[in-house]
Amino acid sequence: MSVTYIDAIRQAMTELLEEDPAVFLMGEDIAGKFGGAFKATKGLDARFPGRVLNAPIAEDAIMGMGIGAALEGMKPILEMQFADFGILALNQMGNNAGAHYYRTGIPLNLTLRMPCGGTPAGGPYHSQCPESLFAHFPGLHVFTPATVADAYFMLKEAVRIPDPVVFMEHKFLYRWLKADSWIDPEPLPVGSVRIARPGRDATVVAFSAMVPEALQAAELLQRECGYELEVVDLRCIKPLDVGGILGSVARTGRLLVVSEDFPWGGVAAEVISAVTTEGFHLLDAPPLRITAPDTPIPYHPDLWKAHRPGAAKIAQTARYLITL
Amino acid sequence: MVTARAFDTKISALYKAGKIFGGVFLGRGHEAIAAAEGVFLHKGQDVYAPFIREQAGRCAWGDSVLESARAYFGSASGLMRGRDGNVHWGNPAEGTPAPISHLGAGVAVVGGAMLAKRMKGQTGCVGLACVGDGTTSVGAFQEAANMIAVQKLPVVIVISNNQFAYSTPNSQEFACKSLTDRGIGYGYTVHECDGTDFLSTLQTMGQAIASARTGEGPQWVVANTLRMCGHGEHDDSCYIPQELKDAYADRDPLAVASRQLRELGWITEDEDAALAAECAEEVQRCVAQAQKEAPPAPASENWVATSWNPEHEEQ
Repeated sequence: MSVTYIDAIRQAMTELLEEDPAVFLMGEDIAGKFGGAFKATKGLDARFPGRVLNAPIAEDAIMGMGIGAALEGMKPILEMQFADFGILALNQMGNNAGAHYYRTGIPLNLTLRMPCGGTPAGGPYHSQCPESLFAHFPGLHVFTPATVADAYFMLKEAVRIPDPVVFMEHKFLYRWLKADSWIDPEPLPVGSVRIARPGRDATVVAFSAMVPEALQAAELLQRECGYELEVVDLRCIKPLDVGGILGSVARTGRLLVVSEDFPWGGVAAEVISAVTTEGFHLLDAPPLRITAPDTPIPYHPDLWKAHRPGAAKIAQTARYLITL
Repeated sequence: MVTARAFDTKISALYKAGKIFGGVFLGRGHEAIAAAEGVFLHKGQDVYAPFIREQAGRCAWGDSVLESARAYFGSASGLMRGRDGNVHWGNPAEGTPAPISHLGAGVAVVGGAMLAKRMKGQTGCVGLACVGDGTTSVGAFQEAANMIAVQKLPVVIVISNNQFAYSTPNSQEFACKSLTDRGIGYGYTVHECDGTDFLSTLQTMGQAIASARTGEGPQWVVANTLRMCGHGEHDDSCYIPQELKDAYADRDPLAVASRQLRELGWITEDEDAALAAECAEEVQRCVAQAQKEAPPAPASENWVATSWNPEHEEQ
């Protein structure tokens, strides 16, 4: 049997609703026969009546309501339809939910599902990866699963963890990424990087939809020139497993970070900053990064493909890095 | 109301003496409205979201002025432990969310709490969210007001229209004839009262809260008053026309309440004076205690913003 990334997300929500009466879902267009813009909640309203709630187009209020419900001991899973629109909830996310535990000592158990990332012809406002914006605020954990098993496991973890968790689920991976099962019998704990492919010549740090691209690049480079890239899947950008990244850099001496997001102040910059300040002596060459260019995400599929970091560019940059 | 006024007066004096770290925000002119909110709500059952001019509401709800004093002094023993302060304090475990500075953000929080209570099968409870005239312009407020109405939640939104959002008069804040129009538009049952008239405010608020409690859907109260002070104590309110201040000279809610209660024969002049003395003493005691308490200790601050982290997990 083959299952997809979005099947894993739906399965995790189904189990969470079954297991815990405090869990409920709220978001735009998620209830009824429709079951969400991406069908992540398809069938759940019928199966769990009264626990899958449609909301008006009001991202700020959806998030604010989630905070209020969490204060009453519920565990809301809020869907933002598109991460690009999730930005409209940023005040409630950062200033209210994120600050809450520090201010009051009371954690808020809520999960924000953010369908993110580029797809062909998504255009500037249905394609963004604003994870660094969310990670900027203290008090929010930000998960970026890159495998079917992590989509399932980390969503369940997001609800188990008593704090606000921003769950960045990549739309490109929804139906493209397949696996035999969503179950990993021995999942790595959240907060630990995963060595997606071991190698000795350079470390490529990636997350979300850039992990499959980095794996392809590693395959390409091995085939073409015999170089072995070590691909590190961050899995979770906040908290960031700096120790895990340094462990890989210690083995390879070279670092390339790949992020689909815009360059300025992004995850790639944060990873390079952490490695150069804490592991400068491990580096045999200057660390490099690949991000999208500093422009909005273009509409035309050809422009989009050129804007989005992909396997060919990763392979080319890694080859250059190894020669430094 | 009397305790709240005594507290405001004391904190204002301390501010002017340079004894308070940040801003000071008073409820002068809002006391009858706030007290009427708190007095009809039940701690432990309801949710009350006061904002910056609801000291009287906090007292009526049942919170000691000690917590308010602790918030101003940033006491380590206070609910916010010096991590937040002045009027930005709450006790979420007892039904008062900790407000953030962003206007309107607390309205959805109250809605969400009531949604959760409904899902848990709790009936007969009410959530009350306090906002001002300026907040009704904020997107977050309008999103929340709409969503609460769509969900038919037992929420009372109280708009204290004190005629000025900081320095901005109503004429530059909204173009509808009355703020009740907005409530009608969202599908609320609307109420309006003279927020300086103690008895009439009690009656209106009591009715609105009872209606929400008995399942009649969300309620919208516009309580009109004048802010009888600056936005904060740093502000001399020079933008409020003198004629307007004069017109409210005999409408101080405390004086009106005292007059009304004496006319009804519920309180004598002596009892009124004794009450004022008793409240002033309580304020004095609470402020003195908060001032004596240890401040937060930067050296032992843990600088941790989440309850979970992977290191804990491994232990």
